Amino acid sequence: MSTLEIKDLYVSIVTEQGSKQILKGVSLTINTGETHAIMGPNGSGKSTLASTIAGHPRYTVDSGSITLDGEDVLAMSVDERARAGLFLAMQYPVEVPGVTMTNFLRTAKTALDGKAPSLRHWTKDVKQAMSQLRIDADFAQRNVNEGFSGGEKKRVEILQLELFRPRFAILDETDSGLDVDALKVVSEGVNREHAKGEMGTLLITHYTRILRYIKPDFVHVFVDGRIAEEGGPELADRLEEEGYDRFAAATPAVEA
Amino acid sequence: MTDQVDQKPLTPTPVPESVISDILEKNPELEGIGTYQYGWADKNEASANARRGLSEEVVRDISAKKNEPEWMLDLRLKGLKYFDRKPMPSWGADLSGIDFDNIKYFVRSTEKQANTWEDLPEDIRNTYEKLGIPEAERARLVSGVAAQYESEVVYHQLREDLERQGVIFLDTDTALREHPEIFKEYFGSIIPVGDNKFASLNTAVWSGGSFVYVPKGVHVEIPLQAYFRINTENMGQFERTLIIADEGSYVHYIEGCTAPIYTSDSLHSAVVEIVVKKNARVRYTTIQNWSNNVYNLVTKRAVAHEGATMEWIDGNIGSKVTMKYPAVYLVGEHAKGETLSIAFAGEGQHQDTGSKMVHIAPNTKSSIISKSVARGGGRAAYRGLVQVREGAKNSANTVRCDALLVDTISRSDTYPYVDIREDDVTMGHEATVSKVSEEQLFYLMSRGMPEDEAMAMIVRGFIEPIARELPMEYALELNRLIELQMEGAVG
Repeated sequence: MSTLEIKDLYVSIVTEQGSKQILKGVSLTINTGETHAIMGPNGSGKSTLASTIAGHPRYTVDSGSITLDGEDVLAMSVDERARAGLFLAMQYPVEVPGVTMTNFLRTAKTALDGKAPSLRHWTKDVKQAMSQLRIDADFAQRNVNEGFSGGEKKRVEILQLELFRPRFAILDETDSGLDVDALKVVSEGVNREHAKGEMGTLLITHYTRILRYIKPDFVHVFVDGRIAEEGGPELADRLEEEGYDRFAAATPAVEA
Repeated sequence: MTDQVDQKPLTPTPVPESVISDILEKNPELEGIGTYQYGWADKNEASANARRGLSEEVVRDISAKKNEPEWMLDLRLKGLKYFDRKPMPSWGADLSGIDFDNIKYFVRSTEKQANTWEDLPEDIRNTYEKLGIPEAERARLVSGVAAQYESEVVYHQLREDLERQGVIFLDTDTALREHPEIFKEYFGSIIPVGDNKFASLNTAVWSGGSFVYVPKGVHVEIPLQAYFRINTENMGQFERTLIIADEGSYVHYIEGCTAPIYTSDSLHSAVVEIVVKKNARVRYTTIQNWSNNVYNLVTKRAVAHEGATMEWIDGNIGSKVTMKYPAVYLVGEHAKGETLSIAFAGEGQHQDTGSKMVHIAPNTKSSIISKSVARGGGRAAYRGLVQVREGAKNSANTVRCDALLVDTISRSDTYPYVDIREDDVTMGHEATVSKVSEEQLFYLMSRGMPEDEAMAMIVRGFIEPIARELPMEYALELNRLIELQMEGAVG
């Protein structure tokens, strides 16, 4: 079993108005086999947490730690984090013109595993994963994310999750912009990988909708850069009924 | 310093990576060198003894060594006069580093041209083995091979079936002896002796290069390949190529270029003339990978007759300075000209490249697609001219140039000149300059790719529209060259 541990994390970004602190003391522990949902209103810092774990250069860690089985994640470069088993399914995956999906997937898999996958198995795996996610076979020859619809991009993120087999997957609002059918297909993909029992999942979402398909073991409510409340799946049900207003009202004035 | 010391070859033996990283740590300036794979040099007596500098005597001597007809000597001397008289170009790249007095204008490395690789002197044969040329021929990836070493073509071969069909593929010196009538008609007819300073220089001291004639209706399906190698320090290589594609024929000619790494500069100044007759098609592909001490100043021009198509695919990866603008003169109705150009400017490199399309006849079409990448403080410029002359009604041209900057210390410029003297024309121009985006790098790195690999993938993707036009082996070679160029590009 592996553990991803976030301890008292403070993170800021530089804006035109100067430095702005987004995360204000986040602590969270995820073990492989577990699914954690992070829920919260827009601007509460959910996506900042996701990007910080993956190492996006825009975010500066002011204090606190992230460790993976005791290893200092914050000391690792973006690619080292990926090779250590962290995967971020992005909210806005970027286009890479002139690079086919086939080339991209194979290069990434080779980099992640430290060796090229056996061609025969790999081709089969890719085909199967694509068909399960209802991704048209001709996407293999298309350029990475180029001209893909929002839903197609999200499916391709989950395709990568299934093919790369990370130890910890962070899904950054994977559900946003998906219709019900696409949401189901994408959720099934995550569940298939989760069922293998070797992956911890951090599911970041604004809505409770995706939690009908992906069942969290723990729910954390994010408000103003910190965790305002934690609980089991029943907490999501309450949020469904009550919304985030209750937390917003209960939040004390912002610290200096 | 004597020439013998200059000639000391760099060791081609691979060194373990751990050792390399130690060396690089102590000598960071070597990093660029480590990425160039063709930087070894052979020991060569002839080149060591070759004379430096240019004079009438040198020109006469070259002509005499080749037993040339009088008219060619006269043309050479005329070239020399023009060269002396014409000023250096005041635009483009900095050429002040060229020391014309220090250059060796003619180096004969072997007495006899070979038809089998075994007949070549061992040093030279090894060079081509290392470059993979005989292998390409054995694998039948090419239908004819010419290998030029220093000033002359040392190896030459054409597939028998093509010879039977009347295809001529010879080194230019031999062709002049065997087909004087064709030379009198075409040599210097596309690029006149006084066209520009470096074309004049080439005319004065030219040696080697290819002559290709494809008879009416003959399609040469598999490319002809020429390989140019400079071995000597301060060498000047001045090959002269003439291609004539007769009516309805097709040929694809590919050239590659490499040289050893030296501390002082060499000069490569070629002239390429192409005649594409009615309904014929010629594709001319260059993968230029000179070492970073070569000035590469080349004049290339084609004339496309009625219904003919001329395609330049011009890849400039190496050299210190390149100035090259392949041109198509569209002289017949419905003629087409196309240039796909890739330039890669790394540390210490200036690539000033582009194309020239001259519409002379009505209903002619041309397009220029240029992609340039600059990194490590390199400069890449697109320089192009589209001219539509009076009477070239209903002509159409599109220009698209995209530049990619890998870092903030590199530079990209665009100089698109347009000269239209006819009303009824269609023109399109698009230019973009982009930087490798932080988001793209983050995306690829978050999938496990180290930064240089991610960068190389983005750059490869950027030039892919041109790479896919190349035969597969060359596309792979180009990708590999880009990867080598990108190594050490970051961090």
